[in-house]
Amino acid sequence: MATINWTALAVFIALFAFITWLGFVAVRWRRGDLQQLNEWGLGGRRFGTLITWFLIGGDLYTAYTFIAVPALAFGAGAIAFFAVPYTIIVYPILFIVFPRLWCVAHRHGYITSADFVRGRFGNRWLALVITLTGIVATMPYIALQLVGLQVVIGAMGVIGEGWIGHAPLIVAFAILAAFTYSSGLRAPAAIAIVKDLLIFITVFAVIVVVPIKLGGYGAIFSAVSPQKLLLAPPPAGSTGAYGVYATLALGSALALLLYPHSLTAIFSASSAHAVRRNAAMLPAYSLVLGLLALLGFMAIAAGVGKLPEYAAGFKQFKANFAVPALLLQMFPSWFVGVAFSAIGIGALVPAAIMSIAAANLFTRNIYKEFLRPDCTHVQESQMAKWMSLIVKAGALIVIIFVPLQYAIDMQLLGGILIIQTLPSVIFGLYTRWFNSWALLIGWAVGIVIGTVVFVHADFKTTWQLTLAGYGLPGYTALYTLILNTAVAAVLTALFKALNLGSDRDETVASDYQPASALRATAG
Amino acid sequence: MPEHRARREAKKGWYALLLLQFVLALCVPFYNKVEPTLAGMPFFYWYQLLMILVGAVLTAVVYFATERQS
Repeated sequence: MATINWTALAVFIALFAFITWLGFVAVRWRRGDLQQLNEWGLGGRRFGTLITWFLIGGDLYTAYTFIAVPALAFGAGAIAFFAVPYTIIVYPILFIVFPRLWCVAHRHGYITSADFVRGRFGNRWLALVITLTGIVATMPYIALQLVGLQVVIGAMGVIGEGWIGHAPLIVAFAILAAFTYSSGLRAPAAIAIVKDLLIFITVFAVIVVVPIKLGGYGAIFSAVSPQKLLLAPPPAGSTGAYGVYATLALGSALALLLYPHSLTAIFSASSAHAVRRNAAMLPAYSLVLGLLALLGFMAIAAGVGKLPEYAAGFKQFKANFAVPALLLQMFPSWFVGVAFSAIGIGALVPAAIMSIAAANLFTRNIYKEFLRPDCTHVQESQMAKWMSLIVKAGALIVIIFVPLQYAIDMQLLGGILIIQTLPSVIFGLYTRWFNSWALLIGWAVGIVIGTVVFVHADFKTTWQLTLAGYGLPGYTALYTLILNTAVAAVLTALFKALNLGSDRDETVASDYQPASALRATAG
Repeated sequence: MPEHRARREAKKGWYALLLLQFVLALCVPFYNKVEPTLAGMPFFYWYQLLMILVGAVLTAVVYFATERQS
């Protein structure tokens, strides 16, 4: 561990230099006027099906996912596989719901989900809380991308004390900040293509080579203890681990597409058809993620947790070191360099998109809405560029100065927070029935109760609901979402009965349909 | 106009295939078992990996079926 793996490091630096160049030249790709936020922050909404596929894939399947999911399998076993049903059900949701959002956003020039809520309900305060939720949920997510980078840099032996130790991370992030500032969303879109090719190569090499070396999948699974191999059967009077598994999958799927970075990638598509096609094509990544989860078991079977040469890595990075250790153990150094680059570059793509998404939110829904309503397009775009730098600097500070566990806890809480925007954004796409103030109060109830329950449960995302003596442990996000929706519905009914306030809606029904469908209706 | 409504009904029928994916992915008690194994992989794992492919195919079917109609 103490010695630097020069071959791997050379490959890593070479690939990093390549994507840095790519990030800067991406500015010329489908050239647009980057003084417009629409161009800088959404790539001019010109990405076709294939580029959107790379962009959404690069965005949703982050470096942290690629490190943390196998790490969970390595440490906790079968429960880690909830990521698979989670990514299965994301795509039917993407298919049904998000083309509608894409259409209305395209028609009205919306750049963020809060833009849509502002237009749909005419309530700037509801839009403000949607904005704040998005920014707060995204920040720790960016920070965790750095963890992926940190782990692979450490695994190549580049470890030092104090500032020297952090130097590689700071350099990588400075590069990221520079090309995001200059090229906007075009940079991560271009780099995502390289990243995904590297990830696919790595994963397919691993699932072929490692089982051969370890004596087949049978040998790998028999190395996993029976308690880890399957979910524990539920005790009498409870849905036990089954309920936890299913609600984690469902709640995570509902939350994922509400994150600002998901919406940024979806809005940058050139058509609603591109979004729908992607729902059928994106499961290719789910398959990769499912196979990656198996890497946790391969690490168990390879016994890397007990080998002295990896002891320092496990001590520093805990189970997150499982995948790097497995790669170091099984592959020649040059390939380790390729695989680590895949993870490292895999951190930069989502981190870039997340910071752009957070910057778009701040600029559109706080700066323009509350601070400088008369700002020009140029000022708006410039503000977003500055914000993307500030957001990334914040994430870097968090990773360097704050214990890692806080960032992980905040990211877990982020899922519970972001799901509270669902009634306004998703239900808002289908109905204007809800009163905007009722939605705002429902949101507040969901946020407060969700946070309290999360803290009370010692920073765990699950909570047990007991109904007539029957235990229903499940994902807190899902339970608080139900509470949030119920509060919003009851208050809406109440406000309507009292004849209180009606919101102004700037959208009309036809805004939610693609132009081709409108022609069909007319004909 | 009734023809248009019939098309919409047909579209809804196709969307049921999307809901099917939720059932297949979330019926945890059904797939939480070791047997039958496939090439040494317990049922829990290969079933879920297979459902990714099934989900992709179902979504593609719905895409082509509803795209033709509109």
